[in-house]
Amino acid sequence: MGSSSITQYLLPVLVVLPLGGALLIQLLKKVSKLISDIIANFILVVLVVLVFSLLNNPVLVYKVGGWMPVKGIPVGIYLVLDGLSLLLLIIINMIGLISLIFSISYMNKFTNKPLYYTLFLLMITGMNGVVLSGDLFNIYVFLEVAAIASYSLVAFGTEADELEASFKYQVMGTVASAFILLGIIIIYSITGTLNLADIGRVLKDKATETPLILTGILFLVGFGLKGAMMPFHAWLPDAHPSAPAPISAMLSGVLIKAIGIYVLVRIMFNVIGVTPIFSNMMLYISAISMTAGVFLAFAQWDFKRLLAYHSISQMGYVMLGIWLMTPLGILGGLFHMLNHSVFKSLLFLNSGAVVYGTGSRQLKRLGGLNQKMPVTGGTSLIASMSIAGLPPFNGFWSKLIIIMACIQSHHFFLAALAVLVSIMTLVSFLKVQRYAFFGELKQASKDIKEVPFAMCFSMILLAFLCTTMGVLLFPGAKELFIDPAVNVLLNGKGYISLVLSR
Amino acid sequence: MIYFLCGLLFLVGLSGILLKRNLIKIIISLTIIEYSLFMFLALVGYKHKAVPPIITSLTEKNNYVDPLPQALVLTAIVIGLATTALLVALAVRIYEKYGTFDIREIRKLKG
Repeated sequence: MGSSSITQYLLPVLVVLPLGGALLIQLLKKVSKLISDIIANFILVVLVVLVFSLLNNPVLVYKVGGWMPVKGIPVGIYLVLDGLSLLLLIIINMIGLISLIFSISYMNKFTNKPLYYTLFLLMITGMNGVVLSGDLFNIYVFLEVAAIASYSLVAFGTEADELEASFKYQVMGTVASAFILLGIIIIYSITGTLNLADIGRVLKDKATETPLILTGILFLVGFGLKGAMMPFHAWLPDAHPSAPAPISAMLSGVLIKAIGIYVLVRIMFNVIGVTPIFSNMMLYISAISMTAGVFLAFAQWDFKRLLAYHSISQMGYVMLGIWLMTPLGILGGLFHMLNHSVFKSLLFLNSGAVVYGTGSRQLKRLGGLNQKMPVTGGTSLIASMSIAGLPPFNGFWSKLIIIMACIQSHHFFLAALAVLVSIMTLVSFLKVQRYAFFGELKQASKDIKEVPFAMCFSMILLAFLCTTMGVLLFPGAKELFIDPAVNVLLNGKGYISLVLSR
Repeated sequence: MIYFLCGLLFLVGLSGILLKRNLIKIIISLTIIEYSLFMFLALVGYKHKAVPPIITSLTEKNNYVDPLPQALVLTAIVIGLATTALLVALAVRIYEKYGTFDIREIRKLKG
């Protein structure tokens, strides 16, 4: 035993608990109608408590099955928790809990609620597994668990357009998985190992450039498809709006980060190592995503589709920050990732509340909803200002840091572009506010009501987070939440010796 | 030679996805891609004139085949099965709604 602390045994719990819960719901669904609500929400509450109890820990490594390394070479599957994984775990489980609270009322209009909770928990299982896993093939397996759960959740309404979106999403997702698997096979054939840290160790001794460039490109295409970076984004504007609103919040807020950006960043920064060509390429891709996403969003009149295009644009910000590779840029990128998950899931929950209340998500048919749905209107105003980057909301701080980082590393054009996109985002969300929430109340929506308590509660919670998360930048909170994650990326290949020494 | 065939199979599947307009044919193309990868993965562990890795005594030193890719292939096949099953189920539901497998006629979503 490297470290004899008890905390490392919490790592598999984060994966096993939602998996067991998914099974339990299916077993007990006949007992009572409420039981699936209770089990699912209880499990997520436990997960959130667990994740926050893991804060402020050193790097933890759990060797699945107790397979100890032989002569310093790892044999079993490792679960690794470091600052970056922890940041992602916080995002996944916190947004997951809030979406689940929202689902209690929202999902009543669908027939098979226990099945929904089962798939939801499977998706959480997959994502927790991806961010915790220290083994390349294990990442692939968990990624598929999360992806297959999300395919079926997108099709959950089984209406014509939902099925179509899900099919498109699934074809794209399967091709992406094929590319990722091919990359993994090539890496295995070069190094003869699948453990992330061990791959890095073997690659250090070998000078094999060409296959690595190939795998870099394969991973870029694969995770680019999963994370909807710009040339590979086509499925996202169909898939994300078609899902039920809490699932849209999970997909846009969490899934594309956990199985797209996180894995690519982890493999490139900590294992293979980033070449300047690769990081420059990623900078261009993120700049294109950022700009094109917002332009495409401009033309949309469907509330959720507009939000989906903004997801592409905001993920461009996140990647722009991270791939600048400066400490300030990485700080901004990761902080924007955290912020984006909060305000984008809030916006999707708002759109869900609007659909729940009025039955429509076409902006032209809405109007004056502030009079009837003050909570939805108020929280969406906060979220809109947050995504547009107005002070003092959280989006402002992270965008400010990213733009400062651009200037600091002499990318003046990118900085100007980031400001421009931010202004375009503001205009786009002014349109949403103007058409949906302000203005005159339409005749058709005279007798709508505010949504039930559970939905209001989760929206208010997220709005509260939007307003206060700028606090995380102050000393004290910064060292606890964001700095460990930034250090993981700055440390680069230091990850290898850190994991192998445990 | 056989590696080359794997690559060819991969490209056949990829072109099938891009060119075919029938949902079922797209699913078949995806399966072809997956199978080419499974074959490639099994080939990575192959060694010429090697014996199965069944170790009977610790002193014996034979030229063993790498057993890990075979375990990985099994896992990958199971994942592929799940994906294909879900895709076929979706295709059936789409047929119920649209009355066709032709992707040119299944396009409610655009913009």
